[in-house]
Amino acid sequence: MPLPRTRGKALRQRLAELRGPDLPAKALDARALAALAANPGCKRRAILDGAGVNKAAVASALGSPSAFGQSQFAFTRGNAFEAKVKADGGAELLRLVHEKLDRRAEPPADAQVPDLAATGPEGRAARTALALREATAAAGTWTLLDHPMLALDVAGSPAFLEPDAVVVHPDGSWTVVEIKSFPMLDGSADPAKVGAAARQAAVYVLALEEVAARLDPAPAVRHRILLVCPKDFSNLPTASAVDVRKQRAVTGRQLARLTRIEDIADTLPEGTCFSPELPSDELTSAVESVPAAFAPECLSACELAFHCRDRSRAAGAVTSLGRSVRAELGGLTTVEDVLSAARGEAGDPEDPAVTALRRAARLRAEALQNRGPLATVDATTGGGRS
Amino acid sequence: MSLITTLARLEACRTGRAQPAATVRHRHLSERPLVFVPLTTAGEAGAPLGALVGTDRYAPRLLAVPQPRDRDLRFTFLAELADVVLPYLDAYTEDVEAAERNETDPETGKRVKVEVELCADAPQLIVPSRAGVDFVRLLGRSMRFRRTAEQDPEAPYPAPPRVPLLGRWLTHFGERARVPGSSLLPAMTDLLARHWATGQSTLEDQHLGALLAWIDPPDGSTGAEAALHAELARDPEGQLMCPPAGPATDPAFDNKLLAPAIERYDRARTALATAEDGPEADDRLGELTAAEREIRELVLSRTLPTWEKVWQGLDLLRALPDGAHVEERWTRDRWSFTAHRDRIVAGEPPQPRRDDAVTAANKLAAREREQARLEAQEALDDPLVMAGRRLSGEAFAGEVTDVVMAYSESKRPSPRPLVTVRTEDRPHLGERVRVYRSLGGKPQAAEFVGWEAEDLLVLRVVDKMGRGKEPEAGSVPEKGDQLCFTLFEHEQRGGPKLPDPQETPWTHGGPPGEAAAEAADPLTSEDVL
Amino acid sequence: MTSAFDPGALAAEATDAILRDTLHGTHRGVVVDSPPGAGKSTLVVRAALELADAGRPLMIVAQTNAQVDDLVLRLAEKNRELAVGRLHSSDTDPYDKALDDLPNVRKSAKAGDLTGLSVVISTAAKWAHVKVDEPWRHAIVDEAYQMRSDALLAVAGLFERALFVGDPGQLDPFSIVGSEQWAGLSYDPSASAVTTLLAHNPELPQHRLPVSWRLPASAAPLVSDAFYPYTPFRSGTGHGDRRLAFAVPSDGSGPDRVIDEAAEWGWGLLELPARHTPRTDPEAVRAVATVVRRLVDRGGAATSERAPEEPLPLTPDRIAVGTAHRDQAAAVRAALAELGVTDVTVDTANRLQGREYDVTVILHPLSGRPDATAFHLETGRLCVLTSRHRHACIVVCRAGVSELLDDYPSTEPVQLGTLVKFPDGWEANQAVLARLAEHRVSRQP
Repeated sequence: MPLPRTRGKALRQRLAELRGPDLPAKALDARALAALAANPGCKRRAILDGAGVNKAAVASALGSPSAFGQSQFAFTRGNAFEAKVKADGGAELLRLVHEKLDRRAEPPADAQVPDLAATGPEGRAARTALALREATAAAGTWTLLDHPMLALDVAGSPAFLEPDAVVVHPDGSWTVVEIKSFPMLDGSADPAKVGAAARQAAVYVLALEEVAARLDPAPAVRHRILLVCPKDFSNLPTASAVDVRKQRAVTGRQLARLTRIEDIADTLPEGTCFSPELPSDELTSAVESVPAAFAPECLSACELAFHCRDRSRAAGAVTSLGRSVRAELGGLTTVEDVLSAARGEAGDPEDPAVTALRRAARLRAEALQNRGPLATVDATTGGGRS
Repeated sequence: MSLITTLARLEACRTGRAQPAATVRHRHLSERPLVFVPLTTAGEAGAPLGALVGTDRYAPRLLAVPQPRDRDLRFTFLAELADVVLPYLDAYTEDVEAAERNETDPETGKRVKVEVELCADAPQLIVPSRAGVDFVRLLGRSMRFRRTAEQDPEAPYPAPPRVPLLGRWLTHFGERARVPGSSLLPAMTDLLARHWATGQSTLEDQHLGALLAWIDPPDGSTGAEAALHAELARDPEGQLMCPPAGPATDPAFDNKLLAPAIERYDRARTALATAEDGPEADDRLGELTAAEREIRELVLSRTLPTWEKVWQGLDLLRALPDGAHVEERWTRDRWSFTAHRDRIVAGEPPQPRRDDAVTAANKLAAREREQARLEAQEALDDPLVMAGRRLSGEAFAGEVTDVVMAYSESKRPSPRPLVTVRTEDRPHLGERVRVYRSLGGKPQAAEFVGWEAEDLLVLRVVDKMGRGKEPEAGSVPEKGDQLCFTLFEHEQRGGPKLPDPQETPWTHGGPPGEAAAEAADPLTSEDVL
Repeated sequence: MTSAFDPGALAAEATDAILRDTLHGTHRGVVVDSPPGAGKSTLVVRAALELADAGRPLMIVAQTNAQVDDLVLRLAEKNRELAVGRLHSSDTDPYDKALDDLPNVRKSAKAGDLTGLSVVISTAAKWAHVKVDEPWRHAIVDEAYQMRSDALLAVAGLFERALFVGDPGQLDPFSIVGSEQWAGLSYDPSASAVTTLLAHNPELPQHRLPVSWRLPASAAPLVSDAFYPYTPFRSGTGHGDRRLAFAVPSDGSGPDRVIDEAAEWGWGLLELPARHTPRTDPEAVRAVATVVRRLVDRGGAATSERAPEEPLPLTPDRIAVGTAHRDQAAAVRAALAELGVTDVTVDTANRLQGREYDVTVILHPLSGRPDATAFHLETGRLCVLTSRHRHACIVVCRAGVSELLDDYPSTEPVQLGTLVKFPDGWEANQAVLARLAEHRVSRQP
């Protein structure tokens, strides 16, 4: 993924211009990186994320603020749970890693918990890398890295990521630990939330692999991560190993594809800028100059979704009703195109999509007009129909 | 999504109003449903915040938990909920009718008819959204293994008496809700989305306010505008004008209104506990009561709009005529309800945490049968649904243009009339494919013989014509009849009988052994969240 | 044979080990993974005959009536004296009429009528209704990866021990209702029978047939890498062993060029211009039909190890068309009828499972789609479609599928405790596309 140096530098410069003068890049965290896979076909999202634009600020400036927020109850509970899991030198956490992932190793006792404090993200990342190297070298011991800092190359710039914990096993392999506050109830948990946690953990795995690659011999980064959650209705921790190979592959590909933001940037008019401080019409036209691929799923994954939905609806795009709607419509993409084709006013009658639409429209009209019973249902069972 | 539904949605976009997705009502509605609008605390698995519940649209019972992290207060909530729900359920357990059921005689192994009781009607719990169904399931799980002081005098933090029983009932309702076409515990969003197609996505249809806005927009506004308002509009304090249907609350509500109110409540409670004399305690009790009232009002303010929307939805649904098979499916719900009543009366233990192999396989098979049954019945009951099946080549309708009498080649020839049907539909017919039409409410089968012309096909009717050589009157289609045949069967065959759980084969882990009573969830001091 | 290894010996070694475990092993079950064309049916027939020889009453469970009838015919072909029972349903035409010509095959809808026969064969669905006092000593469960766990539960009480045979790369069983509540349970009723079996009996011997006799040397490596990354197999034949030649030279059209490309390399991609279309894309359907018509017209001759000296004519019954959906198959059939082509098999991936042809023509599942879905990305579907041929596979597809895959949102939910199914459909699709791109012929309408 690292870009050639000069090209990378030119791109960084270009992205800074797109972001707006003097605006710092919004740091991409693991959640944001994992979300790259949520709608990889969206050029708008790719360029805004790639340039480090604060999409929430842009959305507010456009008059369609995002609706993401966190309840302080959930926040408090999450923090309390994490503290509980890591209490006592991470004894419980290490016990779970041993039990779920590495039963053949010696049970953890006297685990190392190195101090990772340092100044600035670069310093912390360097400190983490050092701690990882030392822990890997210290064969036969367990090491818990509490909130390490990892750097991952994203389109030529480093993104700094902070996993909940990384454990170095006695055999020198590394495991990512994700601590979440949704419950594991009788051994199962909300699949959507587990999926999100797995995608997030996969980003950490990729970042750890970059660190590992710089060591010789490169230690193994395990592809089964440990997900720690409250058990049932209590706040006692329980855990499950989650295989993140798929998520790792997907996120890896999306990160590699981020280089295409240069191609997207090249299509933008000179001087395009996405600064939330611009007058709203200028900002609107800048945002509109990059095509979006809105689908309803964006509403839970992208800050700009309400803006894009308005636009998509205004343009009459059928995908605003869901991606699957387009499946049988062939080349027809707008509400009016489809309806006029169905009414027989437009569309190529040789096109099977048009033929099917007309048949559908005819059958639908027949069923609605003639609500009397069809011959399939006889008078004795067809009550309540007419 | 079928093209017919797609067209309805696009039509809704164009007109700004939801379009019919059904011409009859496909789900049973009780005359006296119990509506349940719960709220929960963010980030906590089993900490309800409150609820509106009841059968009287104009007099819901408000339940609130002023400090959801307090176990005693949660128990109070659950006990109050049991006080509302259990009497409602009980009212249906007593009124029974005699019915017959096929059972296997344990001695002879033969199928025999047994006279049993069937509850004459069943209760119906209605929640606003699918998340509400999940929450009912979660509540059931959190309660059914609790021990009361009566069950176990040693139990730490004993649950109020009827709470475990409520847990078992809610678990049963939650499990039944997974059966296609069942109506014991429907979610209002599912009911509405089944009968109307809106101009938004199915994902956005999960929002009860937005969904209703499309179906029944306020005067002077389009469905699209009203839905947008329901989704996003906030008052000057930043609170949603149409609060979410729960059980999750809006973070802005939690942070700006609820958290400070709970804090005031906590402070008042601490103050009361440290009061030094009677008059001071009286004052502080007053403050505590005020703080509690404030939280109750907050809960009411977030649940009442949803409560009203559920009833508005019921009004809309009740205006639709009943589908012909709805009653039959409701009878299955009554059987389900009766069976659970019997299990409780027989003193059986609560439902286990996880199904054993045989139970899981039986449930899956039953649900697949019910799904097929539902799809067939909805099509038979509703020309709009049948239109979708015709479009997809699974059914065809047309006029009989010719009937030629023919007979089977056997010693006692039976009638096998050849029927020619003219249809514009394009069914996926292959050689000797069977098709069915409804004759007196029963399916009559025919075999596809061949296409005679692009829109003319020939069928051979094979059954339901009586025992004689000549078919019974009215059992053979006549020229000019308008008929509709389906390629799918109208009735479902029962599946094979699976082994008894105690006979689970080695491939599936062998017999589970003596059923050990499920232990209660461990209670720890930290359980006071 | 140019390669250094001897596929025949390799396969024989695997078969011997399987039969040893089956006949003399101590475990109650033996599992055999068989990639496409690796001789699964031959193995089943051989194991059945040896078990019968050893005097062990045997029941065979297959998944469809066609599979059952096929096995009965194969058994009879190998041993006409063997007493075989065909247990069938009470529907009309419950079995292949060809069975009536076999004197030692007894047919009945009642298991009681078939007691005492060496081998009794039926579908899992029919076996599920059978009750016995004394279980069979042995069973063979065929296509066990396409059988659902609950179907195995219904029949497992009928036998003491069993040989489970199947292809893990083909389409998984499915259920028409949600089964998430059992995800992660070892006996999840919607999982495959083998998944449940191995979850409860991890110690059972697991074997693998290592050689595909069907797939040519041009196809085995791709199919193995893309669909069986952890259980590789090889082709039983070398690059020179299979040849496809046409008497009539190419007329220079797209269909003829892609036919020649596929004849030479084993793969051909006829690429139509990018366009979003409904499933029954008329241009693509016409292209498929034209390719088939030209395959028939050009007098194809297939040379293979079966008859190295004498090429066999490529007749219509040796050609198949595969699609993802039934309506596509229907459209292709109609187009073929218009072109006057008969006797070519046209079916969906589900129905082509287990079948074999010389040349296959495939309408790519993602061709012309505006969106990819889990259904279209399902690994097994593409695996079935690209592994039915002995000589060549021609894929008809609209351009743009690669971009479609790149844009595929991946936000799948994850169930705790479930095994991750590999390979991922996305990866497998990309691998196949990359290979096809090397054999691309563009067709302008």
